[in-house]
Amino acid sequence: MARVLMKGNEALSEAAIRAGLQAFYGYPITPQNEVPGYMAEHLPLRGGVYLQAESEVAAINMVYGAAGAGARVMTSSSSPGISLKQEGISYIAAAQLPCVIVNVVRSGPGLGGIQPSQGDYFQAVKGGGHGDYRLIVLAPGNVQEMADLTTLAFDLADKWRNPVMILSDGILGQMMEPVEFAEDQKPAKVEKPWATTGAQGRKPNVVNTLDIIAEQAEKNLGRLLEKYERIKEEEVRWQEANAEDADVILVGYGTSARVARSAMELARKEGLKVGLFRPITLFPFPEKQLQALAKPDRSFVTVEMSAGQLIEDVRLAVNGMSPVYLSNRLGGMVPTPEDVLSKIRDILEGRGKA
Amino acid sequence: MARGEVLVNQELCKECSLCITACPHNVLRIGKSMNTKGYHPVEAFAPERCTGCTLCAVMCPDVVLTVRRKSPERK
Amino acid sequence: MKTVFERPQALTEVPMHYCPGCTHGIIHRLVGEAIDSLGILGDTIGVASVGCSVFAYDYFNCDMQQAAHGRAPAVATGIKRVLPEKMVFTYQGDGDLASIGMAEIVHAAARGENITVVFVNNAIYGMTSGQMAPTSLIGQKTATSPRGRTVEEMGYPIKMCELLATLEGPSYLARVSSHDARHVLQAGKAIKKAFEMQQHNKGFAMVEVLSTCNVNWGLSPVNALKWLEENMIPQYPLGVFRDVTAKEGN
Ligand SMILES: Cc1ncc(C[n+]2csc(CCOP(=O)(O)OP(=O)(O)O)c2C)c(N)n1
Ligand code: SF4
Ligand code: SF4
Ligand code: SF4
Ligand SMILES: [Mg+2]
Repeated sequence: MARVLMKGNEALSEAAIRAGLQAFYGYPITPQNEVPGYMAEHLPLRGGVYLQAESEVAAINMVYGAAGAGARVMTSSSSPGISLKQEGISYIAAAQLPCVIVNVVRSGPGLGGIQPSQGDYFQAVKGGGHGDYRLIVLAPGNVQEMADLTTLAFDLADKWRNPVMILSDGILGQMMEPVEFAEDQKPAKVEKPWATTGAQGRKPNVVNTLDIIAEQAEKNLGRLLEKYERIKEEEVRWQEANAEDADVILVGYGTSARVARSAMELARKEGLKVGLFRPITLFPFPEKQLQALAKPDRSFVTVEMSAGQLIEDVRLAVNGMSPVYLSNRLGGMVPTPEDVLSKIRDILEGRGKA
Repeated sequence: MARGEVLVNQELCKECSLCITACPHNVLRIGKSMNTKGYHPVEAFAPERCTGCTLCAVMCPDVVLTVRRKSPERK
Repeated sequence: MKTVFERPQALTEVPMHYCPGCTHGIIHRLVGEAIDSLGILGDTIGVASVGCSVFAYDYFNCDMQQAAHGRAPAVATGIKRVLPEKMVFTYQGDGDLASIGMAEIVHAAARGENITVVFVNNAIYGMTSGQMAPTSLIGQKTATSPRGRTVEEMGYPIKMCELLATLEGPSYLARVSSHDARHVLQAGKAIKKAFEMQQHNKGFAMVEVLSTCNVNWGLSPVNALKWLEENMIPQYPLGVFRDVTAKEGN
């Protein structure tokens, strides 16, 4: 298929349908309304189920049911709605059901605002609901990635029997860019012998999260944690630019990474040695890859639309080997390349505070 | 001769007595034996009175009872 | 001699964990008998809720999912929409369905979601050891209404059948009781009918079964049946509140 101009949220939706999406359950909230809109328009005509649920709580539990029944299924929402979904997400992770959850993040806490933000980083990468679990978290940086990482999200969900979250924001969702879809993409046919599809001719399957015998529960949790370790080994994705000679490496994902890239380009024009590190998977976090770049005469700056969340994971990764600084805006404000550049100058001139 | 017969799955009985009060013919009572859960399973102390009406089994919450009934006479 | 009553195929051999005399067990068996008599065991997916019946997934011999507290109708919706040819039922307590899961049940009913709901109303939160439920009776003493439920503090018991009967979505709504054999047999017929409604694509069907929780009511199993009959039925009248097939009748 030729390149077409699409909004990020539409590219994501189209990619999901092409990935063999069988059901979408959602609830309206800005700034993700293009996703359910696109789904309502196209999914039923292409053999899938679109249903507007009574709440995000209901929507995520519909996802649980459909995923448990073996379907490729997704839901999408924005921050306050994702908070409501946390109960269901915890159950889905516990039951090891594959599904895709999109969070087009807006500013919080509370009702917050509808402007773009990255304030849900901790919630996304540390679990978010109750109990010891992790989501696989993907952070697209442009419209093409909104599509490509959605395809990947479904494959990873099935491969690992784990919920996958796409962490986006209103800018990426609304932005128009050319995007290309693979010619004759056929969704991978995945066997799901564990799914509850009716026990005709086999033993009954049970999708369950109750685990009340402590010894057994500890063992089962151990298996879950082992899975997360294997995901950390196999699924880390990231991008670097100009890191080799950099005195300062900017770290950012999504919209912030775009700002960071512009800042890097401005800095390089001024002769400043600045590089870029962009995590694409936020869980698993590219910890070793960042660690390998850490050294005492090099600084890191996280570019965030959150109050210093990403910086904690970067600090853990560099483990004291390099100073780590924060350049951020909050409340729906987007950092400018100039903001970041002046932070870089401060650091290089010894005025920065790590 | 009894028209019906009640079989008790001893291990499942929880001694709740719902079957006893449901029986219209006073066939059942709590027995003397004890199962591994520590309950005294019901027994048919007057089996000859059983009609096989199944009302005891209908009220049993633990599906303890199987009921058999004489099939109608055939030529 | 011919066997006229035995364990339904749709129940596993696992001994149920319910307290002695708890009528949850009777209602499980009725669901099992309905599944057997319709021959749908291999095509049925059940959804267990959170409450004393959380282990229902161990007792039914069909595919089962265990839902979060109150969310069973949403989980069932998710399943049914992707597997419309299969039979999907939920089994929910009164705390689960009429309190925390009120939104999910009302909207599943309003959508006419083609599922079968078995609603076990024992006027109390059994599993968490006897707290007041939205269905607890006025004056009923529970762990969290130790001096009896008062209207001033806690308002009125919720009548789910009557409430859902205000919607167009449901195809079948019935309230039945488990307090004696005659009523249990009627309850069995109603549950079977609620599955038939789904089989014939009539849409949402719910049977509310009045049930006992002798342990938390502080009564013997036999006296609990009496208490149900004398106190719950006046508050929760038995009957059929919706039956779309009755209108179509001959
Ligand atoms: C979100 C959530 N809140 C509370 C609980 C605790 N809880 C477990 S069972 C239950 C009440 C169950 O009562 P009911 O639905 O009436 O079922 P019963 O045990 O009486 O059959 C509660 C409140 C829970 N598991 N999850
Ligand atoms: S079958 Fe009828 S008569 Fe026989 S024990 Fe049971 S209730 Fe009594
Ligand atoms: S009703 Fe069942 S469990 Fe209760 S005493 Fe009779 S046989 Fe035993
Ligand atoms: S607590 Fe009540 S509802 Fe739960 S099993 Fe015991 S008697 Fe039944
Ligand atoms: Mg209850």
